[in-house]
Amino acid sequence: MGNVAAAEGAIAAGCRFYAGYPITPSSEIMEHMAERLPGVGGVFIQMEDEIASISAVLGASWAGRKAMTATSGPGLSLMMEAVGYAAWTETPAVIIDIQRAGPCTGQATRVGGGDVMQVRYGSHGDYHPVALAPWSVQEMYDLTVRAFNLAERYRVPAFVLGDEGIAHLRETAVLDPSPKLVDRARERGRAPFGSDDPSSVPPMPVFGDGECLLVTGSTHDEWGWRCVESPEVHARQVERINRKVTDARDDIVEVERHFLEDAEVVVVAYGFTARSALHAVRAMRERGRKAGLLRLRTIWPFADREVAGAASAARRVLVPEMNRGQVADLVRLHTGRDVVALGQTDGRVIEAETIEKRLEEVW
Amino acid sequence: MGRDMQRYMRDGLGVTTFCAGCGHGILMGAVLRAVDGLGLDPDRILYVSGIGCAAWIPSPHFKSDTLHTLHGRAVAFAVGAKLAKPDLEVIVVSGDGDLSSIGGNHLIHAARRGHDLAIVCANNQIYGMTGGQSASTTPLGALTSTTPSGNPYPPFDLVDLVRAAGATYAARWPVSRPRMLVESIRRAITCRGLGFVEAVSPCPTQYGRRNRHESVQALYDHLDGLCLTEGEAAALTADERRGRFVIGEWTRG
Repeated sequence: MGNVAAAEGAIAAGCRFYAGYPITPSSEIMEHMAERLPGVGGVFIQMEDEIASISAVLGASWAGRKAMTATSGPGLSLMMEAVGYAAWTETPAVIIDIQRAGPCTGQATRVGGGDVMQVRYGSHGDYHPVALAPWSVQEMYDLTVRAFNLAERYRVPAFVLGDEGIAHLRETAVLDPSPKLVDRARERGRAPFGSDDPSSVPPMPVFGDGECLLVTGSTHDEWGWRCVESPEVHARQVERINRKVTDARDDIVEVERHFLEDAEVVVVAYGFTARSALHAVRAMRERGRKAGLLRLRTIWPFADREVAGAASAARRVLVPEMNRGQVADLVRLHTGRDVVALGQTDGRVIEAETIEKRLEEVW
Repeated sequence: MGRDMQRYMRDGLGVTTFCAGCGHGILMGAVLRAVDGLGLDPDRILYVSGIGCAAWIPSPHFKSDTLHTLHGRAVAFAVGAKLAKPDLEVIVVSGDGDLSSIGGNHLIHAARRGHDLAIVCANNQIYGMTGGQSASTTPLGALTSTTPSGNPYPPFDLVDLVRAAGATYAARWPVSRPRMLVESIRRAITCRGLGFVEAVSPCPTQYGRRNRHESVQALYDHLDGLCLTEGEAAALTADERRGRFVIGEWTRG
């Protein structure tokens, strides 16, 4: 099951702290962590709510553990203030969001894809998180590992933006027991919150290292001292926490290309929907229609150049997704092309036939 | 602050941000004296605080690791840090609004689960930093910027609250009785499980002025005068006890 693969990926990535609160359709991640973590020297705790869960994760991260939580839309909404705290204090943390049909409580057991913009902009102020979008059980494992590596490498909150379709899917996956791992630079004696290089990621000592760390969610200088009135310090830190991600976009952004070489119509898709999209593209090819698929493995930072490149020679671009055009709008923005949005928000996955039919209509 | 406590303070500090007459300075000294009395290694202490005047007691003043968190979330961050690294001595220092209103849920659940934390709550009965709004600890009838006709709601009894939730140790003292305060903070740190100390700390700027306490000294005298022991409280009717502080310490049997 996708959720179990994600939990196993976390453990393989070195995650040794999980705090969470039950919520459908993500709970299997939590249940699996409850079973597995004690056996590998990890800590599992069920907190009183999602705000407490993400807060405990951030406390554990500063105490030196790789830490994560998992949730779904309503819980993610509650976590948002702390996501900003993680970004501003540069605290590595992984948040798996198993999207369900929203808004609000919506349909708890049904699939959705409406959290794309929330993981990017959900907390107030300017920051830049990382978000990855798995399309298979295999990638629930692989991209959870990658989310930890990126969180540690760049000291950012990293999301695995899954959906109920992938989370509850059962299929074969090969779980690499010892994937390549990245650990934070736990260097002492250097400023833990920045340097003159705006794209740089500062080293991160942890509690108990004897560094007398000053960690605060208020604006702070490179050593953590609160600077709540300096325009220079605020501007410099806001720029740096964004630049360290955007400057590294080539390292973070991953896409997968299918039949794009000669594609007349390009489908841009991610998550479960990309599975249906690939079926639809193949079916079109069988009928002699030159369709192609650009699959986004990274949602944030957005694959703007890759999308523009894939769309450059196409007559049209179709973006099927389980929301009302959150990524379609981005594709439109970055390609300037005639982008057709196929937004489906009925709590069901988008079938290959639906995409195929729409491709025929716009051909 | 006594000169002997300076070694627990960060280098390069100027004056504190506390207003003239604020009780938090006394509480700051009490926390450090408790730590000093126990001989704790400052490098093994983590101070966690939320948002508000009291949250600035440890951050940035204390020369240990300090984690200044979100409003209300100090206890939840502290739980994560303590579980992740149990050899840290984790001490939460924050205010009444932060710990018992916006953060009340974390407080009672941490007490229920019995995490090995010390929580020092500076209770000034008002939101000081934001300009004197009413809190979950504001006395019935008290004037605040959001209760211009007097607070219509009764306050929490924080000691009763955490004791009912399962705290191992709970105590309450006004900052005008600092020796008892120091001793109780020490016990809250050493007890196994959750130790909670409520320090009744006057806020002359936001609370005293509005409620016509003519001077800082008058406010200290007023709050100290509201304090009574459990034995004294037992002799009073419920009506007579209302608005008083039952001081002392309570250990879970």
